[in-house]
Amino acid sequence: MVSRVTDAPLRALDVRAEDDRSSESPRAGVFDVRGLTVRYDGVAAVRDVTLAVREREVTAFIGPSGCGKSTILRSLNRMNDLIPGARVDGEVLFHGSDLYGHDVDPVEVRRRIGMVFQKPNPFPKSIRDNVAFGPRILGLKDDLEERIERALRQAALWDEVKDRLGRNAFALSGGQQQRLCIARCLAVEPDVLLMDEPASALDPISTGRIEDLMHDLKREFAIVIVTHNMQQAARVADRTAFFSVEAEPQADGARCGVLIEMDETLRIFTSPSDGRTEDYVTGRFG
Amino acid sequence: MRLRQGLFQAALLASVAVGLIALGALVLRVVIDGSPYLDWMLLSNPPSSDSTVAGARPAILATLELMAIVIGFGVPVGVGTAIYLEEFADHRRWYNRLLEINIQNLAAVPSVVYGILGLGFLVHGANLGRVVLAGGLILTLLVLPTITIAAREALRSVPQGVRLGAFALGATPWQVVSRQVLPAAIPGIATGSILALSRAIGESAPLLLVGALLYAPRDPTLLSGFVALPVQIYNWIRLPQPEFHGLAAAAIVVLLALLLTMNAVAILLRNRFQRRW
Amino acid sequence: MSAAPRLSAARPLTRSRRRLGEAAIRAALAGCALVSVITTVGIVIALLVPALEFFGEVSPIDFLFGTNWAPLFSPAHFGVLPLVVGTLLVTVFACLVALPLGLGVAIYLAEYSSRRLRAVIKPLLEILAGIPTVVYGYFALTTVTPLLRDLGLGVEVFNGLSAGLVMGIMLLPTVASLSEDAMTAVPLALRQGGYALGGNRLQVSLRIVVPAALSGIVASFVLAISRAVGETMIVTIAAGLQPTLTLDPRVAVETLTAFIASTAGGDVPTGSIEYKTIFAVGLALFVATLILNALAIRLVRRYREVYE
Repeated sequence: MVSRVTDAPLRALDVRAEDDRSSESPRAGVFDVRGLTVRYDGVAAVRDVTLAVREREVTAFIGPSGCGKSTILRSLNRMNDLIPGARVDGEVLFHGSDLYGHDVDPVEVRRRIGMVFQKPNPFPKSIRDNVAFGPRILGLKDDLEERIERALRQAALWDEVKDRLGRNAFALSGGQQQRLCIARCLAVEPDVLLMDEPASALDPISTGRIEDLMHDLKREFAIVIVTHNMQQAARVADRTAFFSVEAEPQADGARCGVLIEMDETLRIFTSPSDGRTEDYVTGRFG
Repeated sequence: MRLRQGLFQAALLASVAVGLIALGALVLRVVIDGSPYLDWMLLSNPPSSDSTVAGARPAILATLELMAIVIGFGVPVGVGTAIYLEEFADHRRWYNRLLEINIQNLAAVPSVVYGILGLGFLVHGANLGRVVLAGGLILTLLVLPTITIAAREALRSVPQGVRLGAFALGATPWQVVSRQVLPAAIPGIATGSILALSRAIGESAPLLLVGALLYAPRDPTLLSGFVALPVQIYNWIRLPQPEFHGLAAAAIVVLLALLLTMNAVAILLRNRFQRRW
Repeated sequence: MSAAPRLSAARPLTRSRRRLGEAAIRAALAGCALVSVITTVGIVIALLVPALEFFGEVSPIDFLFGTNWAPLFSPAHFGVLPLVVGTLLVTVFACLVALPLGLGVAIYLAEYSSRRLRAVIKPLLEILAGIPTVVYGYFALTTVTPLLRDLGLGVEVFNGLSAGLVMGIMLLPTVASLSEDAMTAVPLALRQGGYALGGNRLQVSLRIVVPAALSGIVASFVLAISRAVGETMIVTIAAGLQPTLTLDPRVAVETLTAFIASTAGGDVPTGSIEYKTIFAVGLALFVATLILNALAIRLVRRYREVYE
């Protein structure tokens, strides 16, 4: 276990062989999480999580609220760093490199990993400027227009907005705004897309479109999605991780989240190994 | 019971009426007293002991120069302070909390004490003398807390989602602020700054201590003595002849017109650019 | 499957290049924040150093409790009580106007008025709050004093009553807007409870809303008092420059602030004892308003916390 506290000694970067994991799956690993524990102001929100996220797959985190799914998601792109009092212990390897290594720049991390939030959050600017923001801060000024078009096409939004790129993003509907946020991420060609309940604020039709989008996008990217909606996980995810809370509450009454089980989606929903998983997916609690 | 309610409501309305009547009486008085003297001479002539040719030109120029100093120094420093407190400072640290308390305190210090500050440090300490620059700097310090507080409100009103989205795309903290948060907060900052500026212009107490040259008939420059418009009004009020009271009233009309314009611009800005998140 | 290497894969994950630009900007912003600290330190030094020199020559007891203020005479007397009483006299009359009327306006705006009326009254209140104090001074001298004379009150040309009344008008918007904020922060549910029990508007306003908003209302009172104590121009113009120790509002009095303004603006030799009186009086003023403001802030914090 290595603490991520900033005065940790300098370490050489680990380069691990890619076929380190079980030979069942031919897909390469993107994230390799080992013993991850996240604390806020000393209280553990989620404890000792070990899982892997693979390329060109959709991985879903499901479970009741309060068990740390979003916290883990945020640990994958170091957004937890922005929360004062947050502390990450354990290992998060991204393509074999320690994401929390001593000389790793969180800004660079986030430039390679995209994130879409629960409530669509377009910038109060034009559609074009929204999608252009990522490339611009990376210094990619040339062929910006092509990049914008490509990203909007990938997000299945191009046809709807191609004639009004200069319009304010807030003029779009909720579903369109969310697809705009996805296009924003895609414009910088990330490796991974992290999605925190991306469709929970949207109507069913928009939700369906986002799910279709995920099917398309996973041909190129790894996608990790946190969802409250079990059926959604069953629809879109290749592999699913089920989280829940510990039975015993901690000192201040809050319960810590833990990973119960992770497997192919079909197996989680039809023949899970753990009784708690079965209780959740069959609706006995949750 | 009904009577009691009726009387109570009447009392409340009377309170409102007193305020409005006082406002009306004040404006009326000033306009009536000042109208004989509201002419181009007021704006183009320097003050003089002859009330038929006295004007407030150097005073108006001095006020405009003071305004420029307050804008030039006050807005950057005030906005910079607000950005530091809202976007960069860790609020769990004691020194940042102290900073916030300090600003709240400074907002409530009497303006004459700022005058004393100016007298001690700028006029005598730095040997600047009683010049426009000193007056402008003191007025800047006076309204700096107001600008900071208004800018903080404007920054706070930008929803957190904008910051999160920018950070998640790999923007550095300063890029998040300079490219997303600050542009979105500019209307609020502009409105707050204009309102702070209008307060600075009406202030005369600190200038009595820092710009106390009683008669400065020439057009003021940065390093010259000066009499700002409210102080010129004060000087004329203190003279015994009623003609100078009329001149004072006329100058008050000019001052009020200036303030009204600024406030109108601020409100227009607020209404036009106010975003409904 | 994209054949071209992904853009982001080309960037190394670690970038130990410390972003110098970021650090410099952070420092600049912190520097801006430091200006406020320097201002406070400056005020304290500017007041304390000459004031301590003053108290080296004049005993604090004589200063605080002496009843004769004649610093420019010989022999000089440095009892500050006349100035303090002058300040308090004007402040009391200002509060007699501003506190009840301001609260009345607040109750009206919060509980009684229609939205259209509010949209008219609030801007007018803001105008009232934005009028420069020198204009209020003019009004006090040229309109209120003759009016009081006509009413047969026998006031002098310079008197504390006119200044106090006009100051009250000036402070009315402060009390009104802060109290109204406090009252609108009271949740609708409390009011609805009162109405549901059969209360009328008077009862709900006075017995439910006002007590619930009390710390905010009292905070507005304290803030008004603090501003009354610190006000300079109205009293300098209309209350007079004679440090008479009296409780009669019809005669000329001098306040702490008026003394500072008139002396510092005059030609008192720098470094003399008369010059240092400015700072001693300034120190007294500063301490008084500091205490009042700390009280007001604590009260505001209390009413804000209750509903969080």
